[in-house]
Amino acid sequence: MSANAQTKEPDDLRSLYQEIILDHGKHPRNLRQVENFTNQAKGNNPMCGDKVAVTARVSPAGVIEDLAFEGKGCAISIASASMMTSALKGHSVQAAKRLFAAVQGLCTGKTDVEGAQREVPELANAIGELAALSGVRQFPTRVKCATLPWHALVSCLDGGDTATTEK
Amino acid sequence: MNVAALSQAKLNFDVERIRADFPILSRKVHNKPLVYLDSAASAQKPRQVIETITRAYSEDYANVHRGAYYLSEKSTSDYEAAREKVRAFINAKSITEIVYTKGATEAINLVAASYGRAFIKEGDEIVLTTLEHHSNFVPWDLLRKATGCVLREVTVQLDGSVRIEDFAKVIGPRTKLVAVAHVSNVLGTVLPIKEIAKLAHAVGAKLLVDGCQGIVHAEVDVQALDCDFYVFSGHKLYGPTGIGVLWGREAILDTMPPYQGGGDMIETVAFAGCTWAGLPAKFEAGTPPIVEAIGLGAAIDYINTQDRVAVAAHEHALIAYALERLPEVPGLRLIGTAPGKASVQSFVVEGAHPHDLATVLDRSGVCVRAGHHCAQPLMEALGVSATARASFAMYSTQAEIDALVAALIKARELLV
Ligand SMILES: Cc1ncc(COP(=O)(O)O)c(C=O)c1O
Repeated sequence: MSANAQTKEPDDLRSLYQEIILDHGKHPRNLRQVENFTNQAKGNNPMCGDKVAVTARVSPAGVIEDLAFEGKGCAISIASASMMTSALKGHSVQAAKRLFAAVQGLCTGKTDVEGAQREVPELANAIGELAALSGVRQFPTRVKCATLPWHALVSCLDGGDTATTEK
Repeated sequence: MNVAALSQAKLNFDVERIRADFPILSRKVHNKPLVYLDSAASAQKPRQVIETITRAYSEDYANVHRGAYYLSEKSTSDYEAAREKVRAFINAKSITEIVYTKGATEAINLVAASYGRAFIKEGDEIVLTTLEHHSNFVPWDLLRKATGCVLREVTVQLDGSVRIEDFAKVIGPRTKLVAVAHVSNVLGTVLPIKEIAKLAHAVGAKLLVDGCQGIVHAEVDVQALDCDFYVFSGHKLYGPTGIGVLWGREAILDTMPPYQGGGDMIETVAFAGCTWAGLPAKFEAGTPPIVEAIGLGAAIDYINTQDRVAVAAHEHALIAYALERLPEVPGLRLIGTAPGKASVQSFVVEGAHPHDLATVLDRSGVCVRAGHHCAQPLMEALGVSATARASFAMYSTQAEIDALVAALIKARELLV
């Protein structure tokens, strides 16, 4: 190992805390409540106490007109919520659910980026970004951090009001 | 402690000799030497405990209190000898007051279910502090739901200390029970148990002490503390999981109905009605955690071979050193700085969530806890959703605190 390599972070840490994750974590997009929201749900990770509340305005035709979140959490969960809300505005509820499954696959290693893009072709670009979340694969205890906002999203779109990572 | 006593204590203490007793401390994680700073969650085990457990299973094992044969007698006598070790360790009057449970959580649930349902009624008050672990909170909430009793809160100061005046304000004629931690698992605050006991007893209330952290850091004498129940878990005291202790005053335990029914806790069983065994068997239904109890006895033996004053002085020096060094990390805020606190330190770092810190520290071999530490009411009061926590045991070293500080500074560079 070169002297230089020794001072670097281990590779798995770099892939977990990629620039894009840290950026969304520090400067989250859509951190607010949707005005005149039609759907809402809270997500709760009882293991760590992290909480996220998702609000959405869904048109009668099933299009997500606006999507936002509020909450406190680690860099991973906040970045995930920020990327999720950025990706899904203007897309259908049905696409959102397919994206949820694809992201879960990415985070657990069951899907790769191409596989995910085949499942949700209309969100191929967003999946390119969301792929940054797949760094959690090497950190089993952190997978729930990445998926918490998505659980809340699905519960919100289904008209539920709470979701938990402990199912 | 005066200066002479302190320097004598230092002479009697060799942390490297202690570390040599804990096999796990020489392993690496992620190719880095293990820096284990999560002993408040569970302590590592010395060779003496591990070997006792192995020997019990490989040479002396049978069920207890049952067989009229050598192995069962041997197993029973080792298991009961451990009870005597526990008794002496906390200076209880009699082994009939030592009830084995699977941990502190079960011990508190036992008191809530048995004592609580028998003696606490609608409108009666139970006094807790904001800093209680969920295991000394949820059982009382269950009791509230079952009986209509009321939970009253004694709040915590910003530095983590708890003032006796605040107990005096909350404890009153309706108080039936006060249930408090001896030492906070988040803040390290040591609660003034003797003074709380005076206030509780003055209104005829009982005092339960959650000693999970307290028993680890100082000698405990339940008679001197003057409490009515004292509970702890074996695994935080260098012993195995699956074993804990409920100590209660015999006169109180005697009046309490059984907690669970089953084998070993009966005198007679008949369709016409059952009668119970005496103490402590009345509260020990079913085959108990036999080897776990024997392992707890070995942990107590191990602690008794140490100079406890020297161990306490060592842990005191560690927390003082941590309090001095941690603020070197930019943006770090200490949480819990009450005078005389135990060697448990929470902190937050501006711009870096505790979970992210813990993940990054782990890759440097440093194990710290991140989260709400099963103390959500306290987190709420402190206005944080989570903290990072480093906790130190008799085998912890100053060099490990140096490693923690260095790893925190590095983690911050990545995260902030
Ligand atoms: C103060 C305190 N009380 C209670 C408990 C619960 O102990 P156990 O989970 O071993 O029953 C703990 C352990 O986390 C603790 O630190």
